[in-house]
Amino acid sequence: MKEFRGTSLTDLALSGGGVLVTSWAVKADYHWDAGAAMSRYLDGFRDGKIWGVRCPECRRTMVPPRGFCELCFRPIDQWVELQDTGRINTFSISYVNWDASRRRTPEIPAVIEIDGASPGMSILHKMGEAGDTLEEIQARLRLGTPVQAVWKPRESREGSITDIEYFRPIG
Amino acid sequence: MPYKNRVAVVGAGLTKFMRRALETSKELAFEGASAALEDAGLTIDDIDCVVSVTAPEAFDGVHMNGEYLADGAGAWGKPYMRTYVGGGSGVFGLVTGWYHIASGHFDTCLVVAEEKMSPALPHPQGCFNAIYDQFTERPLGVNLLWIFSLEMNRYMQTYGVPMETFARVAQKNKRNGLDHPSAQSGVAADLDIEDIMASEIMAWPVQRLMVSPVSDGGGAMVLVSERFARRLSKPPVWIEGVGWNLDTSYWTNRDLYYPRYVEKAARMAYEMAGISDPRRDIHIAEPYDPFAYKELHHLEGLMLADKGQAPKLLEQGFWDRDTETGIPASPSGGLLGVGNPIAAAGMMKCAEIYWQLQGEAGPRQVKREVRRGLAQAWGDLMQVGTVVVMGK
Ligand SMILES: [Zn+2]
Repeated sequence: MKEFRGTSLTDLALSGGGVLVTSWAVKADYHWDAGAAMSRYLDGFRDGKIWGVRCPECRRTMVPPRGFCELCFRPIDQWVELQDTGRINTFSISYVNWDASRRRTPEIPAVIEIDGASPGMSILHKMGEAGDTLEEIQARLRLGTPVQAVWKPRESREGSITDIEYFRPIG
Repeated sequence: MPYKNRVAVVGAGLTKFMRRALETSKELAFEGASAALEDAGLTIDDIDCVVSVTAPEAFDGVHMNGEYLADGAGAWGKPYMRTYVGGGSGVFGLVTGWYHIASGHFDTCLVVAEEKMSPALPHPQGCFNAIYDQFTERPLGVNLLWIFSLEMNRYMQTYGVPMETFARVAQKNKRNGLDHPSAQSGVAADLDIEDIMASEIMAWPVQRLMVSPVSDGGGAMVLVSERFARRLSKPPVWIEGVGWNLDTSYWTNRDLYYPRYVEKAARMAYEMAGISDPRRDIHIAEPYDPFAYKELHHLEGLMLADKGQAPKLLEQGFWDRDTETGIPASPSGGLLGVGNPIAAAGMMKCAEIYWQLQGEAGPRQVKREVRRGLAQAWGDLMQVGTVVVMGK
């Protein structure tokens, strides 16, 4: 095979000033209107409730809620109050931050199947009260472990997914 | 055949894959495109239209990056389009090029892939935070690795796959990559399973040596109609099947243990290629392997293994480059062994199938006879499958 082209740089070459670089920083601020379905979902968090929607055609009870069923492609307006309990569908024990820096104590993102919704209907959240080390967490959590939401005090809720501080293992 | 033109591949080229390239993204596109034209024995004057692929614009920090790249891709004064399906873009570029020619509208198409990930600070991973839902997910303080580690754990625990198996995928691909001229420095390596198992945990169960690196690189392929191919001296490789499919963006409502969108994309491509038994009719595969578990996950989605069986076949050497009875998987070295400049990495997988079918893969040439192979990529919010089947 022939040699391919390309000039690989080392960090040393860059820091030594041998390579010219130009920089630019982006400042990008956005706000998003939450829409009809998502507004009601987020508002429910203020009352310590998790709302789902039910499609009358495929009969799925879905969470997060949506204003239309993506399978049947029809509008949905039937709301169902779900429980704030569920089971771990899958979880991770993360030692990295978004900027690739390391964490001393891991975060535990988890996909949680919410009780009252159809099987497999899950949301992304984080686990807490599950240990601080890899070994402790692995010993405490399994796929299928029952969990419950830990809510912020009512006065500090703001209609956000973070009104649930985390889910904790129960039983 | 309901298409106007049968479509042939007549050339492929790549750049080196690099942690950080001196070349700009436009120059990487130019180097990849030129290498493919040289391989095909053609010049830019022979090219009727151009397709480019590059993944999130946030890496480059250039809005409408397709237009920025156009000159480097050889698109000046020609019909041109950029197509984008996240990590699936490299293979989808070939699909897009295929329908430009299959339509009968063009005889030749240059498909150019480029990725320059290194400009984004502090780390390109940050660009991916914006793929998460802004209402229900981003406020949790997400990072990209979460979705992979969550999916890997679901797959691993559904079938009880030991960590050693995933380390073995990384070992295989990193060894294969030692023979690839594009391989990024330090990425291709001959490692012991113990070394891979001992690499630091990033987001359990994902460990550092089971993840493909951040890379800069480019690549391209030349597609032509049958009548054009007949004028060239070298026998072509044919695009026999193309498939693509997208799953719901409500990713927490899917079961992550199985990529059903890859299966749907594969079925589409197999049907077009007249393949009823992919394990018999596909002789070599380049499944998308940004993480070690993804290779196994995708081989199952491609129906080259039963659900949950890809790990067992790995242990038997079924996916090894020198297998005589199995299906070599990622003989190029893959993303784990060559590098992962996203769209260019998918192009590298397509190029590998082309070179293997031409018998031009040099030290990477597989032992078994190959008449048909496939390349597959995956991306968006881990929901798109793109598949190309090539044969000779
Ligand atoms: Zn429905």
